[in-house]
Amino acid sequence: MPDGVQLSRRTLLKASAVAGGGFALAATFPMAGRATAVSGPADLNAFITIRPDNTITIVGKNPEIGQGIKTMLPMLIAEELDADWDSVSVKQGMTDAAKYGPQLAGGSFATPMNWMPMRQAGAAARAMLIAAAAQRWGVDAASLATEPGRVVQPGSSRSATFGELASDAAMMDVPDPASLKLKDQADFRIIGRAIGGVDSPKIVRGEPIFGVDTQLDGMVYAAFERSPVFGATLKSADLAAAKAQAGVIDAFKVAANPQASLVEGVAVIASNWWLANKARASLSPQWDNGEWETHSTKAYAQAAKDAWASGKSDEVFAEKGDIDATFAEADRVLEAEYSYPFLAHVAMEPMNCTALMHEDGTMEMWAPSQTPQGGQQAVAGYLGVEPSQVKVHITRMGGGFGRRLNNDYMVQVAAIAKEMPGTPVQLIWSREDDLRSDFYRPAGWHKMRAAVNADGKLTGWADHFVTFDLGDGAFNPAAMDATEFPAKYVDNLKFEQTKMATAVPMGALRAPRSNALSFVMQSFLDEVAHATGKDLPTLMLELTDGVEAEPETQGFVGPQPGFSAPRLQAVTRKVMQMAKWGQPVADGHALGFGFYYSHMGYFAEVVEASLDARGNPVVHNVWTAGDVGSQIINPFGALNQVEGSIIDGIGQAIQLAVEIEGGAAKQSNFHNYPLPRMPMTPKIHVEWVLSDNAPTGLGEPALPPVIPALTNALFALTGKRVRSLPIDPQVFA
Amino acid sequence: MAHRVTINGETREIDAPGDMPLLWALRNELGMVGTKFGCGIGMCGACTVHVDGQATRSCSMPLSAVADKQVSTVEALEQTPVGQALQRAWLDGDVMQCGYCQAGQLMNATALLTNNPNPSDGEIDAAMQGNICRCACYKRIHAAIAKVARDEETANA
Ligand code: FES
Ligand code: FES
Repeated sequence: MPDGVQLSRRTLLKASAVAGGGFALAATFPMAGRATAVSGPADLNAFITIRPDNTITIVGKNPEIGQGIKTMLPMLIAEELDADWDSVSVKQGMTDAAKYGPQLAGGSFATPMNWMPMRQAGAAARAMLIAAAAQRWGVDAASLATEPGRVVQPGSSRSATFGELASDAAMMDVPDPASLKLKDQADFRIIGRAIGGVDSPKIVRGEPIFGVDTQLDGMVYAAFERSPVFGATLKSADLAAAKAQAGVIDAFKVAANPQASLVEGVAVIASNWWLANKARASLSPQWDNGEWETHSTKAYAQAAKDAWASGKSDEVFAEKGDIDATFAEADRVLEAEYSYPFLAHVAMEPMNCTALMHEDGTMEMWAPSQTPQGGQQAVAGYLGVEPSQVKVHITRMGGGFGRRLNNDYMVQVAAIAKEMPGTPVQLIWSREDDLRSDFYRPAGWHKMRAAVNADGKLTGWADHFVTFDLGDGAFNPAAMDATEFPAKYVDNLKFEQTKMATAVPMGALRAPRSNALSFVMQSFLDEVAHATGKDLPTLMLELTDGVEAEPETQGFVGPQPGFSAPRLQAVTRKVMQMAKWGQPVADGHALGFGFYYSHMGYFAEVVEASLDARGNPVVHNVWTAGDVGSQIINPFGALNQVEGSIIDGIGQAIQLAVEIEGGAAKQSNFHNYPLPRMPMTPKIHVEWVLSDNAPTGLGEPALPPVIPALTNALFALTGKRVRSLPIDPQVFA
Repeated sequence: MAHRVTINGETREIDAPGDMPLLWALRNELGMVGTKFGCGIGMCGACTVHVDGQATRSCSMPLSAVADKQVSTVEALEQTPVGQALQRAWLDGDVMQCGYCQAGQLMNATALLTNNPNPSDGEIDAAMQGNICRCACYKRIHAAIAKVARDEETANA
């Protein structure tokens, strides 16, 4: 089996004794191409610590947003260490690129990046414990084995706990990770076990573990007033009036810094956040909204229609065969216009960050960030200091969903804290700030065309995509790949795009691109299927019939398997069986299918839906077949991610949109951005299709297919096609 | 102005304006941060506490209105048998993802089961629909509440 990313030889392991007895293993997980030796004693840098009392501490290096990483990565280490999970405690690591390599919660990357390295680190520690026991007993290390938490010699009565061996183990040679034999899957005792989140006992007791729970001596609170219109500049504000309000300590302007995503506005500082926020009302700010005030979702939609009508686009980004001839000769041509709105992230914990500018000019931060290293760099860049001058504590986060990949709020609090050296400042955004200062999921407009020949075969596929010009950032959430399914499986293809200028900030929302494109592509393919007297899963199987898996490629995290049609086929067949596809369903209900491949995961889903008395869609059942590799590491966390993704997707399909009006987001809180609530929860049936691939992430890939599965079910039910999200019940009237 | 409020059995003096929401008095005046801020307008339930035993949105409850009342928060949840049973069910069922909404969910669920020890599925839905979970752990929240209700019933049978 291809194992994916390995603990490379550049990853340096170093062992040492711990003061008071015990064993510490330090590891550096270098960024690609950069090797740094572990500097200083290993116990200070300890990644794994084993104490004489048998307690084991493992550092969780990645940020926890609810995806379960703080539990899952230590499980990988504990498995190969053969630890007793009950003796393991997990400590959150600091932001430190040199020590930990990438510390990122995003892109479902952590699983494939860490599957082998974490296990190899655990196996190295285990090998050293065995070596220590072999030495103590004067026996061959090969004659020894481990039971959870102890080294034993099978066939003899020799046995010692890890704690008893720890101090000796610190003296053993550190093995070469590549030489270590890892456990066979069948021997796993921790991987594959449903294990509760390591922070959960604290959460149910309300202990302070989230970013916004940070409390420091003498801390003050900041609220930030900015224009709701994106791109606006501040003309004036009545700072004196704000300063006169109860509890207010200070109010001052903060200048924009576009490079650091810092917008212009006014910071209000008070002894209590509510007082700071309330005082914003007395600022009477005057804004210069410039040209952006005229921007609106409606205007963008009109521009898309104009672009389609003109027949001209900015760029053709994928083309093969002879598309014009194909459409001219087609037996049938299908045409449809699809669109989807801007969406907000609305993580449950509003954006916040705590910062303390020390008198020596260094900045210390407590940051709920999905990319704390990025935040550290952004703040250092903004302050004009080295990243090492910015110390960033990683806090647990009340959700991320991609919002906290952008660290604008970190720079914002740094801009405030630098004005108040020696005083810790906690910046909190109101829900209104959060909804109106997001990096939104981009809206998009697609004019789709499909050509079908006399045999009912799909011969041509075309899209004129109208999207936004977001410049050349690292990841463009408003882009579409030239390989977007079914591009590879039709002979004649044309993808072209037109890009609009905008000041609306956009970014990655859980399953970026895929969460929107799945709806367009799988809906329009469903149209093709119906037009040719088939159903969508059958069409998907036909399109990919006999196609072999593509060769391994070099992805963001290292070598990764290429797209595999057989894996698509397997999950599709599985879900058809689970949902009893093709068999009658309850009166007034219908089934719909959707497949999507994203973040290296293959998900096929079937939705059973109906309309309620007022014509609103209701989802009753969702069947999901997913392939994320050979092993589900923590079934508890895995299922939670899938269930959450499915409900998230249903909410997006049925009732969520951010509308830009007058250059600003119209939605402001949960009354007009109505997240799904408990009564909307369908029955969710999940099955895993295990495949011979290293495990990959689950934070995202279960979401995209549920949206078209729902709209396709509604078509099956009503004969009416949803081509615009969120679903407008008028379509069915 | 100083307000006298009894929180988790302890009487506290809070020197803050009377229109300050209880939520912000708890979090920023008393440093009791278990109670969470989610929306500030009574729409999400993250800030749920009990006032005289009733589930109450602390973001929408002015400090002046809780004078001389009994407030209890998630920090004292394990002192009630129902609260403790729910905490255990939450852990056994690995209910949470990010966990940020869960203090409010637990406080609301405790009020529900205290008033109605044996709710139907529909009653659980109705009672809990004011509490948003952005991570959408609804299936598990529902199951954990139903389990505690079932266990209670068995214990009393
Ligand atoms: S914060 Fe009180 S209901 Fe949302
Ligand atoms: S667990 Fe994240 S909001 Fe509920």
